[in-house]
Amino acid sequence: MQFMLLFSRQGKLRLQKWYIPLCEKEKKKITRELVQTVLARKPKMCSFLEWRDLKVVYKRYASLYFCCAIEPQDNELITLEIIHRYVELLDKYFGSVCELDIIFNFEKAYFILDEFLLGGEAQETSKKNVLKAIEQADLLQEHRHEYFAVPVY
Amino acid sequence: MSPSVPLQEMIRAIRSARTQCEERGVIQRECAAIRAQFRQADNGGRSHNLAKLLYVHMLGYPAHFGQMECVRMIASPRYSEKRVGYLGAMMLLDEKQDASLLITNSIKNDLSHSNQYVQSLALCTLACMGSAEMCRDLAPEIDRLLRASNSYIKKKAALCAVHIVRKVHELGELFAPAARSLLTEKNHGVLHGAVVLIIELCERNPETLERFRKTVPDLVQIMKGLVLSGYSPEHDVAGISDPFLQVRILRLLRILGHNNEGASDAMNDLLAQVATNTDSTKTVGNAVLYETVLTVLDIKSESGLRVLAVNILGRFLLNNDRNIRYIAMTSLQKIVGTDHNAVQRHRGTIVDCLKDQDASVKRRALELSLALVSATNVRSMMKELLIFLSSCPQELKSHAASGIFNAAERYAPSQRWHIDTILHVLTTAGGDVRDETVPNLIQLITNASELHCYTVHKLYRALLLDISTQSLVQVACWCIGEYGDLLLRGECQETEPVQVTEDDVLDALETVLQSHMSSPATRGFALTATMKLSTRITDNVDRIRSVVSIYGSCIDVELQQRAVEYNALFKKYDHMRAAVLERMPVIEKNSPGHTNGESMGEVKENQASKKPTEPKLLPQPANQVCDLLGLLGGSEETLQPSPSTALGLLTNTPSTAGGNLLDLLGDLEPEPLTPAPLVPVYDKDGVALTLSCEKQSDTAMTVTLTASNSTDSDISSFTLQAAVPKSVKLNMNAPSGDSLPARGAAKVTQMVVLNYQNKVNLKMKIRISYSSRGSTFQDTVQIDTFPGL
Repeated sequence: MQFMLLFSRQGKLRLQKWYIPLCEKEKKKITRELVQTVLARKPKMCSFLEWRDLKVVYKRYASLYFCCAIEPQDNELITLEIIHRYVELLDKYFGSVCELDIIFNFEKAYFILDEFLLGGEAQETSKKNVLKAIEQADLLQEHRHEYFAVPVY
Repeated sequence: MSPSVPLQEMIRAIRSARTQCEERGVIQRECAAIRAQFRQADNGGRSHNLAKLLYVHMLGYPAHFGQMECVRMIASPRYSEKRVGYLGAMMLLDEKQDASLLITNSIKNDLSHSNQYVQSLALCTLACMGSAEMCRDLAPEIDRLLRASNSYIKKKAALCAVHIVRKVHELGELFAPAARSLLTEKNHGVLHGAVVLIIELCERNPETLERFRKTVPDLVQIMKGLVLSGYSPEHDVAGISDPFLQVRILRLLRILGHNNEGASDAMNDLLAQVATNTDSTKTVGNAVLYETVLTVLDIKSESGLRVLAVNILGRFLLNNDRNIRYIAMTSLQKIVGTDHNAVQRHRGTIVDCLKDQDASVKRRALELSLALVSATNVRSMMKELLIFLSSCPQELKSHAASGIFNAAERYAPSQRWHIDTILHVLTTAGGDVRDETVPNLIQLITNASELHCYTVHKLYRALLLDISTQSLVQVACWCIGEYGDLLLRGECQETEPVQVTEDDVLDALETVLQSHMSSPATRGFALTATMKLSTRITDNVDRIRSVVSIYGSCIDVELQQRAVEYNALFKKYDHMRAAVLERMPVIEKNSPGHTNGESMGEVKENQASKKPTEPKLLPQPANQVCDLLGLLGGSEETLQPSPSTALGLLTNTPSTAGGNLLDLLGDLEPEPLTPAPLVPVYDKDGVALTLSCEKQSDTAMTVTLTASNSTDSDISSFTLQAAVPKSVKLNMNAPSGDSLPARGAAKVTQMVVLNYQNKVNLKMKIRISYSSRGSTFQDTVQIDTFPGL
């Protein structure tokens, strides 16, 4: 996967994960154009589009569009499954997730994504394991013993 | 995990801003506060600050002042700060920023941290934004983690290694042994990572691929386990056990089985099993089936398996889900060259997809339809394609138009049909056709001498309806100029004749000349056409004279020049006018890219050696060449295909009208200038076969076989079959037709693509079969040497 974007129906970006090195300007340009293209699609249309030289797979869940750009040799249908898996993970974590959850807890959305995908590829195919890892990491953050070394003061 | 209150408050504040301006104000205040906080000593709120900054960054505001803070946070001993710090690094730092190098050391330390969640952060960041330098530095660490750690880390290390190999190809060698041993793991995450890594290694290095071929039996075992195992709650998705892993393994098998008999045999049974047993009611099942089909079609599979795969694609084509139809067409596109007949069976469904609402599906359907046009179905396919063209989305129009032209040129059943088709395209999508269409069409028209009357009538009617499509108008003007007398004669066999007067015709041309919709090139065509009519009409020559002299003072320099010269033709050179404006001879058939001087086409006209007497007066801009070459002291002399230096043309290749134009445009196309030599390989009983070759690369060659019939009777059902030695791979494209009319009236061509390792073994045996005068004939010929090789 080259990048994943989450945006609302008004075109506001809620999450962006880039797996290829691009400068800020390029990223903004791509985001703007791709968001426009996807928002212009009608409801029953195909989930795949050919955009520039990339394949773009997108799916709408309630008010959020999940949009991934994949390489030409990647399997589009399994990408749809990857998107679905991510949504399921968010749903399980937040308990019936909605857009507001992702807005107010965006950093957690990123943490969950980073436990599921690494370098643009799926790292863990078991939903249970991903959620367990996040839970453990969260606990670590809360716990007093988060100070690994001598306290800083 | 408890939410970060400061962060959420800020988000709330930003969202409650009612205007863009207000929002900017809030953001500026927040950023100032964040910057102040960064400067202070550690206050326990650092992670919240950075998180705020990252939110602001996502809204699109500049956040580069947070980069150093990220670096500091990553080095912090607190997990919460590391976590946000690494997130910030992935968002704000990329390999192009200098600051990214500063975190290399932190990553190195964290990779050996005692806590696996810290290790995980480091691995994630490295795999996301690691630059080539960082990768080189840290590769040994990753290799160590690949070998000796728990499965949680191993799976991440594997994907990190993938990123490293993508950045620094040479390091692939380093990871190959570890990757091999990972295949024995039971953990699905590790297996998945291992397979991704092996795919990456094999794609980059053919030697590594050879080594990994030995793993095919192991991979088959793993797949079998997944497919046949019972329900496993941890990995199940709608009845399929770990589809993500299945798809990856199938892809690896594809790479390993490609072009290798042994490996392909080993996976044959498995693929058949997956193809038949996978439940295709949900997307996830179809994803696995899709990958299976791609694999079957790309390896050396048995024919039975191949048929199964194409049938699956056929089923996909009929699926209600648009996504499935789309990928079915994408896959069929890949095999339309090799399994042409199999794909032809689904032609009906594919043509129906042309009418789909979705632009992506339409595009795929168009590509596939164009590939499926053949001599037998050209009429019906063309009808569908023309209907499609009139309603197709703008971005596909020019592609569709040029595809239709190509198909029409290859498979036109008759000249009249061909001309009709091109005219239809010009009327529906004339604005989107390429420039070469105009000279190509003109050349086609001159070649169809029986149809001149028909053509000029059709074009005249089209011109009366609409003069906005430049290409159509240009061709129409040219025709009226050439064949205006046929129009005025008022009789026509093929179509309803028009009753026009000379004034009507001149009116039509003048409308074009004066309209501001006409481009300068079009006006040039119209003016020259008007001039040519001066020799074809009887009463209104004075009107033409006055038009020509008016344009002698036109602002457009090109038109002015023409008008002045035509004026001169009326005054000083009136004795030559008739000869100069005579009917054009048949234009040579040239394909774009061939320069005329070296053209191989048979020269139908005699080669006159007399040099033209008329000195060249003018420069020759591209589209005017057609007409102006009429002025080349040609008289009845046929245009010779040899460079005429006395002419001082800007273009230094000669004179066949269509050829020059095509040549000028041909410079733009990277076609080889020297055409392949045509070698006769068979000649018996009046049937002759010639062969020409074109090398595509060191291991591939395109061979064109041309057959002709010089007997007095027509030949039908003419087919060629070819066989090559085992080391050579052969693909035959569809022939241009299967009938050879008598006395060489038309030829049949067929292209064959050969892929070979070694030229020495290159031989081909061709079997020719045909029916003539009620009986069937068969013969074989062996070709041992290929010209041009």
